[in-house]
Amino acid sequence: MEYMSKGIKEIHDDLKSGKVTSEELVNESLKKAHKVQDKCNAFVTIIDDAKGVDVTDSLLSGIPCGIKDNYSTKGILSTGSSNTLKDYIPFFDATAITNLKNNGAVIIGKCTMDEFGMGGTGTTAHTGVQKNPWDLSRMCAGSSSGSAASVASGVYPYATGSDTGDSIRKPAAYCGIVGYKPTYGMISRYGLFAFASSLDHLGCLTRSVEDAAIVVDAMKGIDKKDMTSWDSSNIHLYESLSSDVKGKKLCYIKEICDPGNYPDASEETKQHLDNFYKTIELCKKIGMEVSEVSIDKKLLDALGSVYNIISCAEATSNMSNLTGIIFGPRVNADNYEDMMKKYRTEGFSSLIKRRFIIGSYVLQAQNKDRYFNNAQRVRRLLVDAWKDLYKEYDAVILPVGSGPAKYLDDSKNKKFTNSNILEEHLQIGNFGGFPSITIPNGFINNLPVGVNITGNCYDDINVLNIAYALESEMNYKGQIAKEVK
Amino acid sequence: MDNYVVMIGLEMHCEISETNTKVFSGAKNEYVDVPNSNVSAVDMAFPGVLPVVNKKAVEHALKISMILGCTQPEYMYFERKNYYYPDMPKNYQITQETKPIPVGIYGSLKFDCKGEEKTVRINNIHLEEDAASLDHYETFSTVNYNRAGVPLLELVTEPDIRSADEAVAFLETMRCIYQYAGISEADSRKGQIRCDVNVSIMEKGKDESDPKNWGTKVEVKNVNSFGGVRDAINYEIERQIELKENGTYDEMEQQTRRWDEDTFTTIFMRSKVDAIDYRYFVEPNIPKYKISNEWKESIRASIPKLANERKEIYMNEYGLSEYDSKVIVKDKSISDYYEETLKLGADPKISANWLTSVILGHLNKTETTINELFLTPNMLVDLMNMVSSGKISSKQSKEVMYKVLEEEKEPKVIVKELGVEQISDDKTIRDIVIPLLDEHPDLIEDHKKGKNTFDFFVGQVMKATRGKANPSLTSQIIREEMDKR
Repeated sequence: MEYMSKGIKEIHDDLKSGKVTSEELVNESLKKAHKVQDKCNAFVTIIDDAKGVDVTDSLLSGIPCGIKDNYSTKGILSTGSSNTLKDYIPFFDATAITNLKNNGAVIIGKCTMDEFGMGGTGTTAHTGVQKNPWDLSRMCAGSSSGSAASVASGVYPYATGSDTGDSIRKPAAYCGIVGYKPTYGMISRYGLFAFASSLDHLGCLTRSVEDAAIVVDAMKGIDKKDMTSWDSSNIHLYESLSSDVKGKKLCYIKEICDPGNYPDASEETKQHLDNFYKTIELCKKIGMEVSEVSIDKKLLDALGSVYNIISCAEATSNMSNLTGIIFGPRVNADNYEDMMKKYRTEGFSSLIKRRFIIGSYVLQAQNKDRYFNNAQRVRRLLVDAWKDLYKEYDAVILPVGSGPAKYLDDSKNKKFTNSNILEEHLQIGNFGGFPSITIPNGFINNLPVGVNITGNCYDDINVLNIAYALESEMNYKGQIAKEVK
Repeated sequence: MDNYVVMIGLEMHCEISETNTKVFSGAKNEYVDVPNSNVSAVDMAFPGVLPVVNKKAVEHALKISMILGCTQPEYMYFERKNYYYPDMPKNYQITQETKPIPVGIYGSLKFDCKGEEKTVRINNIHLEEDAASLDHYETFSTVNYNRAGVPLLELVTEPDIRSADEAVAFLETMRCIYQYAGISEADSRKGQIRCDVNVSIMEKGKDESDPKNWGTKVEVKNVNSFGGVRDAINYEIERQIELKENGTYDEMEQQTRRWDEDTFTTIFMRSKVDAIDYRYFVEPNIPKYKISNEWKESIRASIPKLANERKEIYMNEYGLSEYDSKVIVKDKSISDYYEETLKLGADPKISANWLTSVILGHLNKTETTINELFLTPNMLVDLMNMVSSGKISSKQSKEVMYKVLEEEKEPKVIVKELGVEQISDDKTIRDIVIPLLDEHPDLIEDHKKGKNTFDFFVGQVMKATRGKANPSLTSQIIREEMDKR
């Protein structure tokens, strides 16, 4: 009997009744992990000596999981998929890991990611390119690529992720699963390798909305080590799940969803947008009101630049601790400055170095107002625009990306006008710290695509319930990736 | 010299010593001799760590801001100052800039310089973290991270200071305030006070309030003692005047120099064009927070009596001279010692006299502080009580005091050892006086005839008691006994 392709509640019940043991689950999970590793390259580390644990009333107890490799895990290699930390074994757990462990979670592996969360392709890990389990010629997107691929392949019911632009929610869509990042600060960032602190969120990848609620319930909580965390002890996501969404008001944004904006789009993109409108009809069918709204396209066009400026600026500062002197593989040179330079030059991929240069440039005294300060202003305008929507609507519903997973060979990917808006709009969820969830909503060319629901800060229950109701009207809950090509 | 006006501005760094932990980490804030013993993961910038603001440090910072009459901000912000140096594992320092405003802006301080009252305007005061301390040897350097993250206050003055003496008087006054306010030991031997000095000269007679008339600013960094401040300023004044006199002043660029303690000179570091761009931006891990009026009021109410207020009390209530009052309040620990003796019942004038005439001289000679002094306030009061009760004479008490300080034994022990204890017992003296008078009836007759034989009897009693008889009591008894005959 296979367990790792089931949902958490079902596994828990069988653990409780003694039909299966935690040890057996760990063995099954490890076996699958190795298979997925051979095929997709989803792991930096597979913990072969992982042991089952006692089963308690906690729904996660005894159940295997995967952890994105930018979570600090005590005694377990944590590389952030970077050569700069290729041998780094932390001596402390991230707070979210402590919380998961306290709930009895069993860590099976550390999942591959784009180096330190940068780059949305899943191709920049120091251990190599991550492939999509549905189609090995396509990408998983990133940066939580290994987490998405392993959950979609049924290695375990969930893996943790982190999301600075769309790093949980896009790979989830490309892999046909659920990706949820709760409101900023609901899960402590302590122990998550910082990429861009004001945008970094923790979250999870699962195969159902229910499982996402269960996992975040276990990860969240105020933390005295993270001043941006807040007390959510009165929020119980799993217990609050309800598919009664009658009368909820949704909106989608014309400038993002209207196929007319993308005259030269690919067939896949057109189908993706058609599919989105079918989902809108479904929303209406189950009693929600859905309206089309307009947002100044100039603002939307600025999204990507705002994200680049802010995230690169914060990243270049956050990652200046990586010198190879206090931790990381120290390199030999005549003096400490050359040691640092050599370590950073050799250790980082060119993509990251490029971003560091952008980050430094936009913070320089003579550029700061033009770039960094203006980016902060536009960020505020965008967040305010979304907050205005939330005065009237419970959530914003939008398609994820421009279609199914892109090809690893970029020459096969069709470029088209305005595609950046489709690709980048999820970043607003990070600008505002909004709770945001992606669920699968169909197939194009036998490959999964996703839809995203984003609500106002602290309104996680509402967002989850809308996703939960919609999920129950579609047939993609719990789906496992089948290699189609 | 007479042809120029000297303009000096100071940047005074003072560590806050009176907190349990560092300003952004849980490591102890304590001066210890063992290197790298007060260090946490946060201080070493391991991946994933986050800063947490120490509320007590903010409280101290707001306190000094209030004492200096500065304006406090409505919201508390911190900024990142980005630079690579081994004394800061994050390779950025969390500090405050002038925009958004730091813990204090635009205050002033009145202080006394050789009997003249001076005023210096404070541009701003901000709270930041200290860096590690480095020791440089011929072929290597060592880093001690105990100091990394210790709360540090940086005070920036306007260029209102006109001489090295004024600069030192200002710094001494500030040190005194830090000590009295319970913010810092402000001990430069522990490296708790460090200064950067800005010096420029301009021709006398021009309008000093117009920056157009100012000379070229030279910043001298890393001056670590008040003596160093005096020497560095005087060296710079001379150096700059020489440039004026030989006509090369105008070629001098605005620059940063460092004070070299070995050669007593300032050494060129960099010119303004090479100034470091610190790429400041608001620290995203510390959410801005409101400083409530209630909090401000409670901090204001907690400000203790400072040196000036104590001085007024000493003069007006205890009747001390202005000079003695000043000498005592100059060092808080001496003033505290003095007030402790008063609490134990000492006469304010006599106690002050002991301090200024003997104890301070002793501290100076031995280069020790009053906290290291063997003679406790209790012992000093004991000694004073022995004099007032006639147990020893005031002349003897001086001898006892010197022995106490020299041999580090309690006054009562010294009194016993010296055998200086005065005989103030009526019967003992009377028993000596009566037989003495019996032996010399002729001298009593002479006395009655107006001849001075009285001193002879006193001398004999002193001889018999080896000088221990209380002189006034002895005179009184001799007079009584003579009158009886």
